[in-house]
Formats: sequence, C-alpha cells, structure tokens
Amino acid sequence: MDCVSTGGNVKVLAKAIHSLSRIGEELYLEPMEDGLTLRAVNSSRSAFACFMLSPLFFQRYQAPPDQAFHCKMPIKSVQAVFRSLSSLERSVEKCRIQMNSEKSRLTITLHCKHGLLKTHNLSFQDCESLQAVFDKESRGNVLQAQPRLWVDTVLHFPPSLEEVCVSVSGERVWLKNHVEDDADPSRAMMTELCLSSEEFDHFAISSQNSITFCLKELRGLLTFAESSGLPVSMYFDDPGSPVVLSVSDSVLEANFVLATLSEDSHQHSHSNSKAERCKAQPPPDDFMSDDMDSYLIAMETSELAVPSYEPAPHPCSTNHRARLSSTRQEEEEEEEEELLDRPPSKKFCSLFFGSVLPASTQLTSQTTRSQEVLASDSEDEGEKE
Amino acid sequence: MPLSTQSQSESDEYILVASLDNARNLSNILKAISFKDHAIFNATQNGLKVTVEDSKCLQANAFIQADIFQEFTIRQDVIGFQVNLTVLLDCLTIFGGSTVPGVSTALRMCYIGYGYPLTLFLEEAGVVTVCKINTQEPEEPLDFDFCSTNVTNKVILQSDSLKEAFSELDMTSEVLQLTMSPSHPYFRLSTFGNSGNAHYDYPKDSDMMELFQCTKTQKNRYKMSLLKPSTKALGLSCKVSVRTDSRGFLSLQYLVRNDDGQICFVEYYCCPDEEVDEE
Repeated sequence: MDCVSTGGNVKVLAKAIHSLSRIGEELYLEPMEDGLTLRAVNSSRSAFACFMLSPLFFQRYQAPPDQAFHCKMPIKSVQAVFRSLSSLERSVEKCRIQMNSEKSRLTITLHCKHGLLKTHNLSFQDCESLQAVFDKESRGNVLQAQPRLWVDTVLHFPPSLEEVCVSVSGERVWLKNHVEDDADPSRAMMTELCLSSEEFDHFAISSQNSITFCLKELRGLLTFAESSGLPVSMYFDDPGSPVVLSVSDSVLEANFVLATLSEDSHQHSHSNSKAERCKAQPPPDDFMSDDMDSYLIAMETSELAVPSYEPAPHPCSTNHRARLSSTRQEEEEEEEEELLDRPPSKKFCSLFFGSVLPASTQLTSQTTRSQEVLASDSEDEGEKE
Repeated sequence: MPLSTQSQSESDEYILVASLDNARNLSNILKAISFKDHAIFNATQNGLKVTVEDSKCLQANAFIQADIFQEFTIRQDVIGFQVNLTVLLDCLTIFGGSTVPGVSTALRMCYIGYGYPLTLFLEEAGVVTVCKINTQEPEEPLDFDFCSTNVTNKVILQSDSLKEAFSELDMTSEVLQLTMSPSHPYFRLSTFGNSGNAHYDYPKDSDMMELFQCTKTQKNRYKMSLLKPSTKALGLSCKVSVRTDSRGFLSLQYLVRNDDGQICFVEYYCCPDEEVDEE
C-alpha cells in the first residue's frame, strides 16, 4: 500500500485515529481497492468503530496487490505519530503511508514545513479482518443532526457519566443520563433534555423506542464530526440491538456500532424462552436481576471483504451462549432468572465474533469457523488490561 | 531598614555579593540544568558558572555573566562551593515565582567564604526572606576535554524546530541516535522504541538551519535518559548549537534570552553510548 494525503486531510486522518483510540487499544488497518479502512473494537466487544477513506480522500492511493491483506498494531503507536493536532495543522504539509508486508512495517512519513521530514516505521501484526455485522439502513429510527447540536447536547452530561439514554416519541427526542438501578436514589442526579424534531436535519421515527448506550464512544465520534463539520446520523431500533452512529461525506465514511442496553420486558420474554431450551446450565445469578444489560455486537470474519452481510444466526441465539461463558463464575442458586449471569458489579458486556479477533487468543481455525467464539468481558478485560 | 544596614555592615565580610532585580533571571536558567541535587558553583570576575553532572557521562553548565547581575562583587580570583540545587531553586521561588509582569523578586546573594552558608536575601512587595543554604566541599567537575579543534560536525538550529522533535520523541527508546553527515540525511534524530523506529530529518538548507558544517558522517547513540534533562534548556532557548567531536562526544549549547533580553548560555556535554552496530 502506498498513499499520500495532503493539507487538511492529514488532520482528518489524525482525528480519525484519535477517535478510534477512544474505542480500543488496537488499530486494524485494511487497505482495499475501494479505500483504506481503519477499525477498532473495545475490549468487551461492545463498541466497534470503522473509518473508510475512499481513494479520493488521498492525493494518491495504491492498494496492495494482495487483496486479503489485514494488519493490526497498537493504536498508541500510531497516535504518537499524530500526537499534536495543533502542530500537525501548523507544520505538516503531506503525509505518506506505506506498507511493507515483507518487513512487516508500516511507514508513515510526515513532510513538515522547513523541510523537516519525520519518518515513523511501525511494526504490525498480521491478523484477520475485523468487521461488525450491522445494517444501518434497516433500522427503523434515524436521527440526523449537525455535530454542533450533538456536541451541545452531550455537553450537559457530566464527563464521568458512562451511559446515556435516548428516547424518541412523536416529534421529540429525550436524552437523559442512565442511572443504575442499584444506585443510591438519594445521591443520584438525573439530567434530562428534550430536542424537537425541528432541530434535526433528518428525523424519521417508525417505532417509539428508548435505547441506552455508552457515551464515551459517542463523544469520540463527535470530536471527529465536529472538526470535520459533518452531520452525525444515529440509526437504531429496539433496545438491545446495536445503535449505529454514522458520519459520511463523499470521500469518507465513519460508522460507530455501539451495543445498547436491553430493556427489562424485552429481556424477560427472551430469557424465558431460552431458559426452557437449556436447563442443564449452571444456575445463574439473580443478583441485580432488574438491570440486565447485555451488550451485544455480532462480529464476523469477512475474509471475502463483503462490506456488510446479514448474520446467519440471529443475535439472540448466540447471545445465550455468550452468557454461558460467563456463568461459570457465578455461584448463586436461583434459576428462574436466566438472564443475570454476569459478573455482579460490572455490566455484562459481550459479543460474539469470529476468528477475526486475535485478542480471543490463539484459537484454532476449526473452533472459530462460525461465530462460536464467545467472550465475556470479565475474561477479556483481564487479558487486555 | 534593618536589612540594608545589616548587609552594609557585613558587606565587607562577604567575598561574593551578587544582586539581581529579578531573581527569575537566575532561577530560570538554573532550572535548565536541575536534574541532580548537587550543583558546583564557580565564580570569577566574568560571572557565575554552575555545573551539574550525572553518572560521569553528562555535564551541564549554566553561565551567568557578571553583567547580568546589577551588582557582582568578588574579592577572590576564584570562588568555588557546592550547594543543593533543588533547595536553592526552592528558595529563589519562595514567593511563588510569579510571572505577572511588574511583580518580581529581588535577590541579593552573599557568601562569606569556605565553610559558611550561602545567604540569600529575597524581597518581594516589601516582604524580605533570608535563606541560608549550607555549602559543601566543591567537587572537581569532569573535564570532557571537548575542544573546538576536534569538532567534526557542527550545526546551529533554531530551537523551535528541535522543540517539536524532542517533545514527540519516543521515550520507550533507550537511546537517541544522532546522525550528522555532509550528505543525506544531513542531520537526523532517530529513536528505536517498542512500536518501531522513528527518524527526524533536517535538510541542510532548511530555514531552521542557521549553520551547517559537517565534514564527516557520524552516527552516535546517546542515552535517552541522559539527554532528557536537556529538553528543559531547549525549551528556554532560542538557538541551539549541536556539535560532535572526533570521539563522538556531544556538545549542546543553548542560547537563552532572559526576561530582560539579556543572553545567557547553557551547555550540555554527553558521552556516546557503546559503539553503533549497523542496523
């Protein structure tokens, strides 16, 4: 791969890296014929982000002859190259990214003012492609607004707030902070604000839903959207199915897929049917039963580089298995609440993914053929951090 | 005022008296070399030279010429003593080291002689603090024997261009490799860290390059941990001269302009790391 970007696009590239760094520890790089993709997934697999930079984004773009080339590297090392955005804006004139697969080296060259040349040779690891399974077009609800509106809205929430709840009904959108059910009511603070449909560039609601998702990743995308001035679209459906945040223009597209909290009622119906199907399971924990949040994003291996395709099994079926993997640590007796098998104090974040993610350790290809690798956040985070 | 009468009556005893209207002119430049506690002070008619060393591999000198001081009286040819630099800096900034224009700490630094403490009279807004810092037996500073006749390569750069590079240097790299050459890559800083290597190349015809005199290709490695303190000096300076001699020793000279526009110098000498093996 050999590509060159100039002027303001260098900053866009840097901003993309910075917002990906809010998601995960590793940057997945995939140069393809139709553009360069940069991806990241968080350690609990509940958030996935993808930037697709089209060949026109670059002054010159040359995809590697070998189409199936994917690699990953610590995002920190890439971030270090683009560390200071201000100096980048001030002094960098041109940025060239070259990939040498023989030497396993990614070379980023920054051509700066006064002839200063900064060359960074970063080592990378081969890996399989990382792709979340999502289809934003099929989502019932779409909200699109200028980044300024989102930024101003999010600004009202304290930086420590982890999750935000978005509800739509009629011509209005409500945003409020998500309060844990076990939170002390005397100390909890609620922030709620309402936006009228007129504030949005595009407002299409087919079902009156309320979804809860992590704010951190949204903030990450917003910093990118704000600097590029591009409108942010939010695609969502039922609680529990991922929300897709998207920014695009003619030369780039960014999609952030975030798991959402399952709604209680929704949960119960699911879990009951599931409980019947598998009675042999170790007794799950009913601790904090009223606040079951399973974050799920389906990940797949797309070695064929198919941009997005429907997952063969519906998330629900695998969802169950994902839970099982974490149940073994739970020792509580009650059986009726199938859904509560997560580490007590922390949210249960999991998703299933294919052989894609080497973070799931050295799994042999047989075991990873389909979406059988299931990871719970408890194991995963331990490994990563 | 008791302070003035006291200093008047004792002034005969002092072998060294140095006064400054603005103590920051001294404290700033001392900060540029404050990476170890022990500082060797050497005063002559020309001014004050303060030396700090580390691991017998690094030496930093700050030169404060006599004319920087409003009063500089010395009653011996050479006066040498050693003090704890951290303590001295704490004393010099005892009023908080305010950077508000118009507010400055006045300093009168006095030394009676061998075995006596270094006495500082500091005054800000009518408040006077007297600090006495015990002096120690001065050690003999290392002689790096860096003489200009042995200099192989020399460049003078505007500090701004190096500041950016130094602020971005990959600190996971154990060494900083400096390449100076009459041909490409002319002047190159390289690091070899956990995530890969990085090179910063400065062409010889860059606007930032004030002087380029390289006669021979030299590639030397210096311990990052040793060079790290020099960033403080770099941050204060407006120009830097980088020289290497035939043995690969490095000399970094920083031209520092103080609040009043006067010029001082800070100099770092550093020994090279073991012989370079080609990558």
